[in-house]
Amino acid sequence: MDLLANLSLGFSIALSPYTLLLAIIGCFLGTIIGALPGLGPSNGVAILIPLTFTLGLDATSALVLMTSVYYGAMYGGRISSILLNIPGDEPALMTTLDGYPMAKAGRAGDALILSGFASFVGATLATIGLMLLAPLLARVAYLFGPAEYFALYLLAFCTLGGMASNNQAKAAIASCIGLGIAMIGVDNTSGMPRLTGGNLHLYDGIDFLVAIVGLFAVAEVFFFIESHGKNSSIGIKLEKTVVPWRDIFDTRWTMLRSSVVGFVAGILPGAGASLGSFLAYMSEKSIAGEKGGFGTGVAKGIAAPEAGNNAAAGGALVPMLTLGVPGSGTTAVLLALLMTLNITPGPTLFTDQPEVIWGLIASLLIANVVLLLMNVPMVKVFVRVLQVPPAILLPGVTMISFIGIYSLSGSYFDLLLMIGFGILGYILRKLDIPTVPVILGILLGGNMEDALRRAMVISDGDGWYLFSTPISIGLWIAAIAGFVAPMFMRGLLQKPQRVTD
Amino acid sequence: MASDRIFGLVAALVALAYIVSATQIQTSFLADPVGPKVFPIGIGVIGAISAMFLVFRPDPEPQWPGVRTFLALGFSVLVLVGYAYALKPLGFLLPTAVVAGILSYQISPRARFAAITGVSLAIGLFLIFRFALGLGLIAFPRWLTG
Repeated sequence: MDLLANLSLGFSIALSPYTLLLAIIGCFLGTIIGALPGLGPSNGVAILIPLTFTLGLDATSALVLMTSVYYGAMYGGRISSILLNIPGDEPALMTTLDGYPMAKAGRAGDALILSGFASFVGATLATIGLMLLAPLLARVAYLFGPAEYFALYLLAFCTLGGMASNNQAKAAIASCIGLGIAMIGVDNTSGMPRLTGGNLHLYDGIDFLVAIVGLFAVAEVFFFIESHGKNSSIGIKLEKTVVPWRDIFDTRWTMLRSSVVGFVAGILPGAGASLGSFLAYMSEKSIAGEKGGFGTGVAKGIAAPEAGNNAAAGGALVPMLTLGVPGSGTTAVLLALLMTLNITPGPTLFTDQPEVIWGLIASLLIANVVLLLMNVPMVKVFVRVLQVPPAILLPGVTMISFIGIYSLSGSYFDLLLMIGFGILGYILRKLDIPTVPVILGILLGGNMEDALRRAMVISDGDGWYLFSTPISIGLWIAAIAGFVAPMFMRGLLQKPQRVTD
Repeated sequence: MASDRIFGLVAALVALAYIVSATQIQTSFLADPVGPKVFPIGIGVIGAISAMFLVFRPDPEPQWPGVRTFLALGFSVLVLVGYAYALKPLGFLLPTAVVAGILSYQISPRARFAAITGVSLAIGLFLIFRFALGLGLIAFPRWLTG
């Protein structure tokens, strides 16, 4: 009965007209952000964070707005995958495999609506899963001391590096860049400045928002200048849209299975939505076998990755809210939002501020319904958004990023840092070095060091304390396995190539 | 091949410099068993080791753009840096229109289109930020409006 009481608390917050309005705005913005090529969920959420401050929203409202954007972007990502064969972000890649061929065969409308429905199933099931699992995990999280947290942070970096990257050394470098940047500034424990080079601007440390917006948004502009915005014109006409009930009915089991697969993948710290959509697609492909015709534009090939992707997005919220360890790039950005709102994710959040958690869960459920309603009849509106030329879009995004960051501190120094991060992001992405570990490092570096130092204070400097409980030993083993195992599974985890024209 | 090796080498040197400067961190009288140096040094060591992996086992060469594109990218960086310095003394509208126009032209080289984009983005964003979001942006520099 606890659950029902909590849910009604949540709905009492989420159903207030103001919060509802924010959720609808968030869903709308999110879908647009997800649909626009070159403006994925992490990117979009990062740019919007400074703006939510200027709106002066309280914690719950800001969280509702941004998670609606997050869910919306997950829905929107499919639109550019299907129509342009350009994934809006990494997890949407799998949707291009069957979505684009289906759209080319003249069934673009069917593909969009089917994928919208699959997103709804995945996201709703995942939100219910979050509702059931998060309180349980929060209770387990009470058993976590500093030694366990240190191992958990390590696990996040290892799985993220192992799964999300093609080269472990590159992922490790990326994590080190992030962690190294996190060390800059005044040390919490001793109160001494570290690694600032005497620069007074750096005494406060480097704001992670500056880094996130630079790495994602500013770097994107450089990529568009390089490519002159080619490959982003719409090639497929969308005529009439009728709900393909048959396809939806035929793919019901695919959607359910993929949702479960995606949710589980999302929960793993560091694995996230990319792995969710990948595993969902691959498992459905092997269930369907040769006759399934995956890759030629079949309904199941669209339903599976979309359900998996959205379920993983919900699953990724579980470790983020209960342990403070994000499961994907976008949840890392959401964690940044929580930290700037002065909300500490973790088990205490569930007991001290239940209205935040349950208001959030209730508004996620509402957001899903809103998104389904928005994405089925209004899909044409979002398709029109895709026709905004990049020569308007990208300068606009850059200016918004500059103003957003400028409004945080009013200092030109942060803007220069942001440009620097933009250049870094461009180089890293050119060299196929993942940028998400950099973000994660900047976000978690301070906490990770604190956990280590507190563990050593407790044990009076005995290193074995880090391996003293079953939980921490399990986490260490998982971390090492998560980093090493993908080296031997390269062939198995090989991502399919994009469909080429 | 070469790009990864160069990046690995640069990263290793940066990591070494990082380690050296981490050893210079002052410790205070509030000592804990780990202290403020150990964690940064550890990061530097791991970073240096991974960077050496890149030097000895590089990935295939990525596709770098030509010299002209690099010049264009360099120019856009200069423009953005200029924007960062200009925002405070010159107000919002003028620098934004110029910079947005230049970026638009760099993405798609159509002069008139870029000029219109720059001006309308500057005005549109100013209206949104000033009146919808209530941000205290200054439209023009003080010496212009008196």
